[in-house]
Parts: sequence; C-alpha cells; structure tokens
Amino acid sequence: MSGTNAVSGQVDGSTPLLEVRELSVHHGQLEALHRVSLRVFPGEVYAIIGANGAGKSTLLRTIAGLHRPTDGSILFDGQDLTRVRPERRAIRGIVMVPEGRRLFPSLTVEENLLVGATYARKGPWTIERVYELFSWMAERRGQPTAQLSGGEQQSVAIGRALVANPRVLLLDELSLGLAPVVVQRIYAMLPQILATGLTVLLVEQDVSQALRVATRIQCLLEGRTTLEGRPADVTVQQVEAAYFGLTGTPAAGAGGES
Amino acid sequence: MSLVAETTARSAENYRVTRSRRNVAWTGLFALAAVVVLYEFPYIVGPGTTTIITQAFIILTMASMWNLLAGYAGLVSVGQQVFVGLGAYIVLALNIHNISVFTALPVAVIGCGVAALPLWYLVSRLRSGYFAIATWVLASTVMLVIEKIGWLGSGTGLSLPHTPNVSAAVFTAYNYWCGLAVTVLAMLSVYLLLRSRLGLALTAIRDDEVAARSSGARVGLVRMLVFVIAGAGCGGAGAVLAISLPIVQPSAVFDVQWTAVMAFAVIIGGLGTIEGPILGTVVYMVLQQELQSYNVWYLIILGLVAIGVAIFARRGLWGLVDDHLHLRLFPVGYWLWDPASSGRRSRGLGLGRRRGRHS
Amino acid sequence: MVWVNDVIQGILTGGLYALFACGLSLMFGVMKVVNLAHGDLAVVGGYVALGVIAITHVPVLWSFIIVVPIMALLGYLVQRTLIQAALDRSILTTLLVTFGLSVVIENGLLQFVNADSHSLGVNNAIITASFSIGSQISIAYLLLLILVVAVAVLLGLQFFLSKSKYGRLIRAVADDKEAAQLSGVDYRHVFGIAAAIAFGSVALAGIAQGMYSQFAPTTGTDTILLFAFAAVVIGGLGSLWGTLVGGVVLGVAQEIGSQINSSDGFLAGYIIFLIVLLVRPQGLVARGATS
Repeated sequence: MSGTNAVSGQVDGSTPLLEVRELSVHHGQLEALHRVSLRVFPGEVYAIIGANGAGKSTLLRTIAGLHRPTDGSILFDGQDLTRVRPERRAIRGIVMVPEGRRLFPSLTVEENLLVGATYARKGPWTIERVYELFSWMAERRGQPTAQLSGGEQQSVAIGRALVANPRVLLLDELSLGLAPVVVQRIYAMLPQILATGLTVLLVEQDVSQALRVATRIQCLLEGRTTLEGRPADVTVQQVEAAYFGLTGTPAAGAGGES
Repeated sequence: MSLVAETTARSAENYRVTRSRRNVAWTGLFALAAVVVLYEFPYIVGPGTTTIITQAFIILTMASMWNLLAGYAGLVSVGQQVFVGLGAYIVLALNIHNISVFTALPVAVIGCGVAALPLWYLVSRLRSGYFAIATWVLASTVMLVIEKIGWLGSGTGLSLPHTPNVSAAVFTAYNYWCGLAVTVLAMLSVYLLLRSRLGLALTAIRDDEVAARSSGARVGLVRMLVFVIAGAGCGGAGAVLAISLPIVQPSAVFDVQWTAVMAFAVIIGGLGTIEGPILGTVVYMVLQQELQSYNVWYLIILGLVAIGVAIFARRGLWGLVDDHLHLRLFPVGYWLWDPASSGRRSRGLGLGRRRGRHS
Repeated sequence: MVWVNDVIQGILTGGLYALFACGLSLMFGVMKVVNLAHGDLAVVGGYVALGVIAITHVPVLWSFIIVVPIMALLGYLVQRTLIQAALDRSILTTLLVTFGLSVVIENGLLQFVNADSHSLGVNNAIITASFSIGSQISIAYLLLLILVVAVAVLLGLQFFLSKSKYGRLIRAVADDKEAAQLSGVDYRHVFGIAAAIAFGSVALAGIAQGMYSQFAPTTGTDTILLFAFAAVVIGGLGSLWGTLVGGVVLGVAQEIGSQINSSDGFLAGYIIFLIVLLVRPQGLVARGATS
C-alpha cells in the first residue's frame, strides 16, 4: 500500500492524494498567496501554520473551491480540480470544516448533519457513527445549534463534514475561539477519524498543537512558503524564524521564495 | 531584497496623484459652447423639434438624478415618479393661484427638495429591495391623495389655467428654455457634487460602506443629501413636464413608467458615470421616435436591452467607450502616475469607477 | 354592527393577499431577491389560465392543475438563467433586472393581448353564492375557498420546509449558501426550487384573483405587488405566517377604509403600511430584517 505511514510519517514517493502546484491567489489587488505548492499523501495529517494574514485560510478555501486562483493548479487524485465548483469538490471527496464553524443557525443539530449527508459518498461514516464519536450529541440532536457551546458547535461542524465520507478532510482553524482544554479534546478525536481511512489537511494558528498532531507541516508567511518538513526534523528556532520571517540562517527544507 | 524592504521601496511617496486639470478647462469650454448652441435652437429649428428636445431634457434630468441615486449612492428607487408628480402639481397649484409657471418652476424644485426630507425619514432604514418597493408604495400613496383633491382636478386632471398670452411656438420655446435651464442646473449640481469631498465620500460608500463609515464618512447624511437633490431634480423635470403637457393628470405624472424610463436610460447609457445618462437619453429618444407608431414596443425593447446590459455590460455603453478610449468628458477622478511605467499614465483610479478584480 | 362584517370581509381577502405575498417572502428569505416582477407574474398566471381553459376546456376551478406546474417550471428556468446571472453581479443588478422584467411583461401583455380587464368566469352556482350569518354578515363561498386554499398552501409550505429534504436544503442555503456548498449542495439548484415554488404560488394567487374579480396587464404593478409587499412588511420580513397576519391586517384596513369613503380602500391600506414602516420597520410579527 502506497502513501504515508501514519505513525512514522514516512513518505514513500508515491502519488499524492492532494497536490497544489504554484498556486497564486489575489483578493482584489492584494496578493494573498504567491506560487505556493504542497503535496498531501493518503493517511497524513498535514498542518499549515503561520501568523494571521499569512494566507493559510485562503489556501484552504481555495482548495475547497471558494476562491478562484489567479495562477497555478490543484490536483486531486491526479485530476485537475482547479476549475471545479466547490460543491462538486465536496461530492468528489474534499470536504472542509470552515473557519468559525458556520453551522446553519435555523437548523437543529441533526438537521445540520442531515444536510452534510445529503450528497454523501459511500463510506464508514453515518450520523449514528458521529453520535458514537461525540457521545453527548445524540441526546441534543433536536436542539437548535445556536444553543450549543463553541466546542460543541465545532464537534457538530466536524460531524457534518464526516457524514459526507470525505477522502480529504480540511480543517480551518479548529482552535479559534475555543478554550485550550476543549481544543485538546477535539484534536484527540483525530486518530479515530484517521483510522477510517481519511487524510487530514489542517490550518492551525496554535503552533504547538499543530506540531503535536501533524505528520508534516508547512509554514506560510505573507503568502509564501517559508518552511516544510516533519515536526521531528525541525527545531523550535527554525519554526520561529519561518513563522515571523526573521532573516538569518535559512530554514531547513525551505521551499519557494522568501 | 526581503519582502518588507521591497514594499517600502514602492511606497506612496514615489507616486504622484493629480487631478486632470487640463481636462477641466476643455470640458468647461465644451459645455459652455454646448449650452450656447442649445440656447439658440428654438430660433433655428421648428416647434416640433423643439418639443422633442424638451422631452429629451426632461428625460436627461431624471436620468442624471436616478444615476446619482443608484450609481453613486447605491439607492435603487422605483418611486422617483413621486417627485415628478409633485413638481408638476406644485406648478399647477401655484398657477391656479395666478402665479406664472416660470416663477412656479423654481418653487417646485425647492418644494420637492423639501418634500424629500420626510419621505427619506420613512424609507431610509430599509435596505435595497425593500427601499425600492417602499418608494413605489409612497408614490402610489401620494398619487391617491392628490387624486382626492378637487380643486387640483381630482382624477381627471386640469390644464394650466394661467399661461402667458403668447403664440404656441413662443410658448414651446419658453418651455424649451425651462427644460434647458433645469437640465443644466441638474448636471452642474451632479458634477460639482461628485468633484467635492462629498462626492469622494459617496464613491467610498458605494464601494465599501463599512470601510467608508469607519473612515469617518457620514453615510446617512450623504445619502440623505443625494436623495434630496434627486428629489429636487425630478421635481424640476416634473415642473417642465407640467408646462409641456396639455393637461396635468395624476395617472400621467405619477406613472411608474417615468422611473422605468430613467432607469433604463441610465443602465443602458452607463450606471455610475456622469456621461452615461446623456448617452442613455439619446438612445431612449431615438428608440422612442423610431418606434412610436408601434405602440409600446420601444418600452419592451428598452427593457430587454436594459436587462441584457445590466447582466453583461455592467457599465453600459459609456463603459464600453471608456474602456476603449479612456475618455472622460466630465473629469471627477484622480490619476495615479506610476514611476515604474516611465511616466506613462497608469490606469487611473477614477472616482465613480470600480477597478481591479470584480468580486 | 356593520363593522363586524367588514372585519370578516377583510379576513377573507387577507387570504388572497397572503397567497400573493408568500412567494415574495420566500424569494427574499432564501436568496435576498426582491422580485419587482412578482405582481406581474400573478397576472401572467391569470392569462396562462385563460389560454389553458380556452384550449383544453378544463373547468376554471381545476385550471390550476395545469397552470401552476407550468409557472413553477418557468420560475425554475428564469431563476437559473436571468436572476442567477443578476445575483452573481450584485443585489442592485437583481433589482434592475426584475424591474426590467416587470416592464417587459406588462408592455408585452399590453402589446400582444390588449389593455382590457379579463376575469376567469366561474360558472359553478354554489361557488358564486354566499351564505349569511345573522342579518349583517355575508360570506362568499369563493372568498372562503380562497382563504382555505391560502392557509393550506402556507401549511404545506411550512411542512415542506421543516420536514422534507429539499425544505431543509432551502433553509440551509438561506442561512449560509457557502457552507452549504461545502456540504455538496449546489445552491443555484436550490434557489431554482425556491423560485419555482414562488412562481407557482403567485400564479395560483393570480387565478384566484381572476375568479374573484379581474385582472389587466397593469394590475400586477397597480395593486398586486404593492399589496404583497405591504402584507410582507406588516407581517414581518422573513415570517411565513406573518404574511397571513399582514394580509389580514391589510384586508381589514382596506374594508374599513372603503366604508369610510368608497374610494379610500386602497389608501387606507397604504397608510397602515406607511405607519408600520415608520413605527416598526420589521413588521408586526417581528424577526428583524432591515439588513
């Protein structure tokens, strides 16, 4: 079986499940991403880190299809998705949990999950299975989502994405607005999610959290890649330098321009 | 060079921002010449043509006002006919009391401007679509109220009782000059407004209201001012209309077709440009004259073209001209000179224009 | 106690107004589009019914079976092409396009039919009759039927929105169309369905109008659009049952107004609408929507 060993993070040079090539994205006249590339292999947890405004969420949103890139391409399982509409990407297997949860406020917990399941692919995840993953959810299934706490809403948002049975799960800033203990609990679910054959691409502001869960990381600064590699292979100083854009000794494995 | 150093090097100090001063002089001369020529028209052409051009003036004034509302302030009003009707009826009311129509006209303009204030209070809190229909309801309400007033002629209407004792041709000329005066005043107001700081605020608001508000623009105040000016302008058009009609009737002057015509002329000519309404009025007049014998066909065609333009050629005919010729008859913008392009003028960040990527 | 009869009459006509209004409310609630051609679509429904009846000789009361699906399909197509294209530009463009549509429809009707009023004559003797309660109150069976139909449509809509798959999708897309896309939902298709429902319901209302009174090419903008809008605003933007409340308030105001002075019916309705605008822009049945 090709791909990444999820435990050791070894990449064996096979075809990536998701590939981004020289992606450039503009917001109006502002360049948010400049020729960014990345490759995610099946079974990986790939984390993108960087300061506010570095372009992380823009990258994820462009992969999900919510932004049109000005240049570059996105390949999924070898097929060019760059011009494909977001809903079709979701049906093909790239599902994003957006920044800020974005649950449907006038729908209940279960209705949110039902929407996620409407165009689902075949796979192990069902609404019942999501209720097993998040034990509190089943009793509260009829509640409007506005009454849930931040952490609970985040769980529902993840559940909504899971029931679609994605192949790649995009997680945009899970930790935003949540207490650290809640964030830890949510990230603790990751192994169970990965065990069902998913690949995860996540964006995270909390660097230590990202380093803890990721098999490989990539750091962005002002729309450019400043660091890529495995958490085990990079030092704290290198990460800091890449994160803040401090000049000096070049970071190990830095790709792209800086 | 690092990213930071690179951006600092391209800092604003190296750019020059100018107002196109040379353009203004030419425009001023051109406009003055046009007005003089137009003034002479009644002496040159027959009353038939004079009447047609008077109609054009009425449409042009209304179009400029609707353009100000929708293209600059972002207010789509489908009830501007309320001011057209009010302007007409103010003239009628004053004339019934023996005041000359030519004295009544400025009163109508001011009166409609004043009337716009309570109307604004009623609708200002509504957003886009609901603002639109609310203005329509207001217009219908005012029409129904006027229809009940006996001495103004109720539903059947009334002719102006005290018109000057001159020949029909002379009266047509008087009417024409009224139309010319109102139009010149209207377009001058629009031009001056947009060149002023208020105009800058307007475009900022139109492009991004939240950003404009946080930069200190008094959004509500600016919008109200635009609404009042538009009301006054349409009132002036209505006054000229009243003078030109054989009989002043509620259903004629309060007709929503007036808004339809204004809107279509502006959309086709170019929403959000000063030159647009002129072009649109020309198109409208040509269509109306050509298709007059075919009943309401010109409205159908006008409507279809307007729909097409709104979707496919947002900036209308003038937008197409501007795109290819970079022409600006009424310069209200600023030009940004990019030193990197060796003195060649970069694409200006003109006022009243949305550049860059369309989002 | 003549005013009791007025109130009853007002409630009955309120049903018709609610039927006019629910499509307008739905299109705004789901896609933030104020369809300025909404009233004209009711009139189109009436004319289509006339045509269908002329061709198929189906009884007037059953004409809706053919007309409503036709109009619903038209709604889907118009939404997917014209209105979606306008929506992709800006809200302003949708106003311009629907306004343009309204003018084109009205003048098209004027050109190809004529300016006369038409009505859908109902021959069934029972329907055109009325029954009395006491000596003061007279209720026309037809109006009662229209009220019942209006309530049934609203009930059906509510059931559809809360229980069915597409109803859920419509609510989700109305909440957050981008998030819906991330779940694989093509919101353009969902918008189309909402528009189909709106066009279908307003066509039904047009047929009802044709049976109860009459319509002409300009009726759409002369009265229907303004009534529908007034009902929506009075009842509260975004509330489905609010359109019934709004319709009833409007109907009652008009009845009382025309009792005071026979030509003041419409005026009374507009004045109530303006008062509501002044006092509570969100309407009487809350749900803030001034944005």
